[in-house]
Amino acid sequence: MQAWLDSLIARGAFGPHPSPDLIYGAAIAIACALVLFLVAVPFASIVTWVERRVWARIQSRIGPNRVGPNGFLQWLADGFKHICKEDVVPAEADAPLFRLAPYLVVLAFILPWAVMPFASSLILADLNIGILYITAVPALTVIGILMAGWASNNKWSLIGGIRSAAQIISYEIPAGLAIFPVVLMTGTLSMQGIIRAQGWAPDRWFLFANPFCFVAAVILFISGLAENNRTPFDLPEAESELVAGFATEYSSMRYLFFFMAEWGNMFIAAAIVVTLFLGGWQFPAIVQSPRLMNLLQLATFMLKCLFLVFVSMWIRGTLPRVRIDQMMSLCWKYFVPISFINLLGTAVWVAIFPDGNRFTQWLMLSFGVAVVLLFLARVVAFTRRARMELYFHPTI
Amino acid sequence: MSAFHTEEMTLNMGPQHPSTHGVLRFVIKADGEVMREAIPDVGYLHRSIEKIAEKVGYHGFMPYTDRVDYVCAMFTNQGWAMACEKLAHIEVPRRGEYCRVIAAEFNRIASHLLTVGLMGMDIGAMTPFLHALREREMINDLIEELCGARLTFNYMRIGGVAWDLPPGWRDKALAYLDHLEPILDEFNALFSYNKICIQRLANVAVISADEAINYNLVGPNLRASGVNWDVRKDLPYSVYPEFDFEVPLGRGEWGTVGDAMDRYMMRIREMVQSARILRQALTQIPDGPVLGKVVRNFKPAANECQVRVESARGDQGWYVVSDGTGFPHRVHVRTGSFAAMGMIQKLSKGLMIADLVVLIASLDVIAPEIDR
Repeated sequence: MQAWLDSLIARGAFGPHPSPDLIYGAAIAIACALVLFLVAVPFASIVTWVERRVWARIQSRIGPNRVGPNGFLQWLADGFKHICKEDVVPAEADAPLFRLAPYLVVLAFILPWAVMPFASSLILADLNIGILYITAVPALTVIGILMAGWASNNKWSLIGGIRSAAQIISYEIPAGLAIFPVVLMTGTLSMQGIIRAQGWAPDRWFLFANPFCFVAAVILFISGLAENNRTPFDLPEAESELVAGFATEYSSMRYLFFFMAEWGNMFIAAAIVVTLFLGGWQFPAIVQSPRLMNLLQLATFMLKCLFLVFVSMWIRGTLPRVRIDQMMSLCWKYFVPISFINLLGTAVWVAIFPDGNRFTQWLMLSFGVAVVLLFLARVVAFTRRARMELYFHPTI
Repeated sequence: MSAFHTEEMTLNMGPQHPSTHGVLRFVIKADGEVMREAIPDVGYLHRSIEKIAEKVGYHGFMPYTDRVDYVCAMFTNQGWAMACEKLAHIEVPRRGEYCRVIAAEFNRIASHLLTVGLMGMDIGAMTPFLHALREREMINDLIEELCGARLTFNYMRIGGVAWDLPPGWRDKALAYLDHLEPILDEFNALFSYNKICIQRLANVAVISADEAINYNLVGPNLRASGVNWDVRKDLPYSVYPEFDFEVPLGRGEWGTVGDAMDRYMMRIREMVQSARILRQALTQIPDGPVLGKVVRNFKPAANECQVRVESARGDQGWYVVSDGTGFPHRVHVRTGSFAAMGMIQKLSKGLMIADLVVLIASLDVIAPEIDR
């Protein structure tokens, strides 16, 4: 640190004429941060609109359809409404902590976007510890939520905050262990490195590389749901038990911040799964132009992520909430041991087949396709038309 | 461990809380997530309905009875009408009795749909609630066509019902029953047999048969514990003896007999039986008048009477004392939710906070019925 500061001073960083390189670098960094912020925040907000429409369809409602085409601008209207509302800080609350908490949560949601591998050359910083960073930084959320629960000086908020701390810290462990099989196989922690080790075709995805990876992917996805307080693990804000959990006392924009972070984190959890197991941005090289290629890769990555986000919305529309003891036993009695077995199994597998086993990959792929087809058949069998077939209202 | 000092936390749940089904209040003494005790506090929705009866007379009290239990107002209508008829020895035409049974059984399905939907919402699944309400809306539409109201029906009169079935209504009602039965299967597939749902409900708040009788539970809550008591079968009233139906009992397929899952499934099974009764009633309904001749200001002789109807929340008792004037001397309603509320304090020991919500929803406690 001292040496770095000395070198900065030696280069005249704090002098009357700082070097153009430094200013340029700083400007680029700030501009990139700004662009990411301007992408991430509306993205998370638009996901709210998608979620409300999808959810409404599942529940045979219509959902927001007034603001803009199909209610697309609902997120703007909601944001504007929340900004206009009074920002209440309860009299007995710990005001500085209470005010700070939502910003920590939003920080935890913005930071991972820095290493998000959108395409082969569309990444802000391809850190050599990217995957470690992207799993470590969102855990900051727990500090924000615990802070919110404590500072609100409300018992319901406190229970919500404690539940959240217990839940996020517990599920960090299986989530972290589920990442190791891929790291074992690729030998790198860089997001781009992991994606480059896979291919565009599903049989080259790590999801189907060996049976252990498949289990690890499922564990990672479910742990992602738990870490983001999504149904069926939405205990910290369980509205039927804890009023609104840690967010009970919040209002206005601060309340919105919590939920923006939740929806944004959903995307980040999906992006981790896509990067590790679903081939990331990999797309067949059908065009020469790198710019066009990057666009195609971006679209691939986004589609895969949005599909997983959609699955999590689907789960939210279907499943009830588990109880806290059941959630904990799922984590500690099942996920953690299974993750360790996965880790050992992958290590043995890598030792036996250092370059992977094509036969297993095809077998796994056909198994995966069979599971998806069976699932879809079940969905079709249980699907009734959601709209009412009978109209009894006397005035219709 | 002895050095680890913990304190009991007192939590106030309600009167304004999203899952207390109206204005209920509980004082929860909790050790972390585990409750030591949840003390119910009733009285937030008291409207002195029983006292009003003494001032408005026999006919005039009918709209007030809707408010005793606004989720299944047909039964309170029927209870009051039956009590007055017994007091003044009024005959009800057979078609009137059939209309009453049809309206009441539709109302039972509507009430049970709300209960199972609320159970879904209370354990965190929004979709079953909206699916159940979607079906309930159709019953509301049917009943609106029948009597013009969707919640507080004021349909029955002393001596019969206010209006006959509208033309074409019977076919609509039968079409609805054809629609309901597959929907209940779908609802079970979506929610009741869901693994998480069973884990949340099975073996929670088990009530044994003895306890249920000692605490005076009635209706589905009592039958879920395995006690076969249904007023429609055991103290038959109206035209119920003419119908062929079963009384479902708690079997404890998923856990213990008398747990929350049994109480929840009881509602689903009763809906199926109600649909069975409705089919028979809609096909057997005789022609004739629906309202008997009743004098406007009838003055029953000084007497007292007690009638019981099997409402959606169980055995509902109406006790009326007449002093020979045009106004009742005293009216009392005995409701199932009040007894169920008394049991919560005992059942809540050792449950988790999340289970209290399940317990309230499984006992189907409706706030207006507790306080009247």
